[in-house]
Amino acid sequence: MQAFTQHSGIVAPLDRPNVDTDAIIPKQFLKSIKRSGFGPNAFDDWRYLDEGGPEIDNAGRKTNPDFILNQPPYDESTILLARENFGCGSSREHAVWALEDFGFRAVIAPSFADIFYNNSFKNGLLPIVLDADIVDDLFQRVSAVSGFQLSINLEAQTVSVEDEAIASFDIDAFRKHCLLNGLDDIALTLKHADEITCYEEKRKQTAPWLY
Amino acid sequence: MKNAKTLYDKLWDDHVVRTEEDGTALLYIDRHLVHEVTSPQAFEGLRIANRQPWRSSSILAVPDHNVPTTDRRLGITDPVAKLQVETLDNNCKEFGLTEFTMSDIRQGIVHVIGPEQGATLPGMTVVCGDSHTSTHGAFGALAFGIGTSEVEHVLATQCLMQNKSLNMLVSVDGDVQAGVTAKDIVLAIIGKIGTAGGTGYAIEFGGDAIRALSIEGRMTVCNMAIEAGARAGMVAVDATTIEYVQDRPYSPTGETMKQAQAYWLTLHSDEGAHFDKVIRLNAADILPQVTWGTSPEMVVAIDSVVPNPDEESDKVKADGMRKALTYMGLKAGTPINEIALDKVFIGSCTNSRIEDLRAAAQVAQGNKVADNIKLAMVVPGSGLVKKQAEEEGLDKIFINAGFEWREPGCSMCLAMNADRLEAGERCASTSNRNFEGRQGQGGRTHLVSPAMAAAAAINGRFTDINKLT
Ligand code: SF4
Repeated sequence: MQAFTQHSGIVAPLDRPNVDTDAIIPKQFLKSIKRSGFGPNAFDDWRYLDEGGPEIDNAGRKTNPDFILNQPPYDESTILLARENFGCGSSREHAVWALEDFGFRAVIAPSFADIFYNNSFKNGLLPIVLDADIVDDLFQRVSAVSGFQLSINLEAQTVSVEDEAIASFDIDAFRKHCLLNGLDDIALTLKHADEITCYEEKRKQTAPWLY
Repeated sequence: MKNAKTLYDKLWDDHVVRTEEDGTALLYIDRHLVHEVTSPQAFEGLRIANRQPWRSSSILAVPDHNVPTTDRRLGITDPVAKLQVETLDNNCKEFGLTEFTMSDIRQGIVHVIGPEQGATLPGMTVVCGDSHTSTHGAFGALAFGIGTSEVEHVLATQCLMQNKSLNMLVSVDGDVQAGVTAKDIVLAIIGKIGTAGGTGYAIEFGGDAIRALSIEGRMTVCNMAIEAGARAGMVAVDATTIEYVQDRPYSPTGETMKQAQAYWLTLHSDEGAHFDKVIRLNAADILPQVTWGTSPEMVVAIDSVVPNPDEESDKVKADGMRKALTYMGLKAGTPINEIALDKVFIGSCTNSRIEDLRAAAQVAQGNKVADNIKLAMVVPGSGLVKKQAEEEGLDKIFINAGFEWREPGCSMCLAMNADRLEAGERCASTSNRNFEGRQGQGGRTHLVSPAMAAAAAINGRFTDINKLT
């Protein structure tokens, strides 16, 4: 997994609540058996005026000029600003892969759907929960300054404008540790293989029907 | 009661292998259900790291999202979908896993076949790379959806790193009115708490109205816990649960069954157990529900009108409502029972079990699908549900009324196969998500119960099931 320590970049505003995973990556792209290449189809229904598909070359498609990520400088943004319940809907990790593949390193919102939130950490995409008021304020700053940038420091758990920290965020210690170091969590879990086996042995006694 | 625990606490405690300092737990997984869409990258990950599945016997795999619902003998024509299903077949062969392939009569939607086979049992932890895994909580199991990285993690370690959720009780008290089903109950719950209302919580559904539901009904309710933001929904074990799991292929037998039952009957929240949040609904207040927007929380009763965003004080919400109305091609103030439809879909892991098909067939019997309905389709949840329905003659009822009777799969719930809405088409659907484009780009989805969907097909517009003449 790609480690996350510090990051600065352009913030793209996506001003709607309940942005679901079907919107982030429509289902026809889930037929892929790969993990990469979803970036050009992130937000496909909003980003293009015609319908896309896994076999369709995006280069020949009509883009929607009104969609924020098609407008410079937001086509180069790396931080996504959204409203509550971002990533709701299906468990498709393709949503996270698509955002990362587009170039996003962090998403800021007042709240996230649980599975999306979890999936983000597995891929080095940092989901940051900030108070609705602060998010509101950020939306205003973004609309006031074209190419507005934020800096994120995971170690310090802060979000800064220029060098001034404007907000701090919470994150579980374990997740933070894994993200800062880009750890493979399967390898981490397998360090406890003996404990897993021991649990299984005990459970076989008390609940034999499970084995 | 001292040390009183909720059902969720009990299920959690019984599966903790170890706990990190910050409270993150390594949770043991008893049953791992696998389908073709969210697993290829996980198997690929195993291969790259040269790892083997930890416990193959915990895994049951089935292709469901991408399979055609028309004649199976023709195979899958879409080459991309075909490759994905073949990849699942090959992965299962390579790693020695049980799979119900497309030609197996036991094939069906992963959340229908698990319970049907007794592969889902009370007290288990059940995961699947699919958010509607919450369905299996109906058995008093801890069941939740995971992403592909977690699928790989469970394959390799039989465990997941998890943070414990908070406890929420949603109690639906009293009796429901005639015509009100599990689907209406859960839509009413989501309408009340919102699609993020359960975020961070595990929801236990309780109260007389939930107790009175069959296992199929409880599955419908738990299925949509995720639509209320909760990864897991669950119902305590009772006699209904035990009766359902008897004599299924994967269920225990004899002495082991007795031992299991004794344990299963402890799977309920203790008297006085602490819930972080309690929501109460009066069952008698619930009418048949219809969603009008692009989020399951945008739902009203059949006797209502499409709501007006100008009357919503929360600006972000009002904006969301306006966007939804535009997408849905609806005007505020339109009576729900004046909304005409183009297509009707009866199916999905929410409502494709035998009981759902019986309810829809009862409405369809002796009637004809209205002329304005271009397609009304019934897609059973599994090959075995299909067989049972045919034994009961339900297929004939549907076909005579003008419905199409299809092969099992996810079908138009998410339109990954050929079953889909065209732009602008309006559909009454028994599925669980009405997001933009969910049933096809530009398609407009209204979520309803099976009986309400059948009634909509017959009348061509939404109709109160109790006023159907
Ligand atoms: S029926 Fe629909 S919701 Fe259920 S598993 Fe299939 S696609 Fe997902």
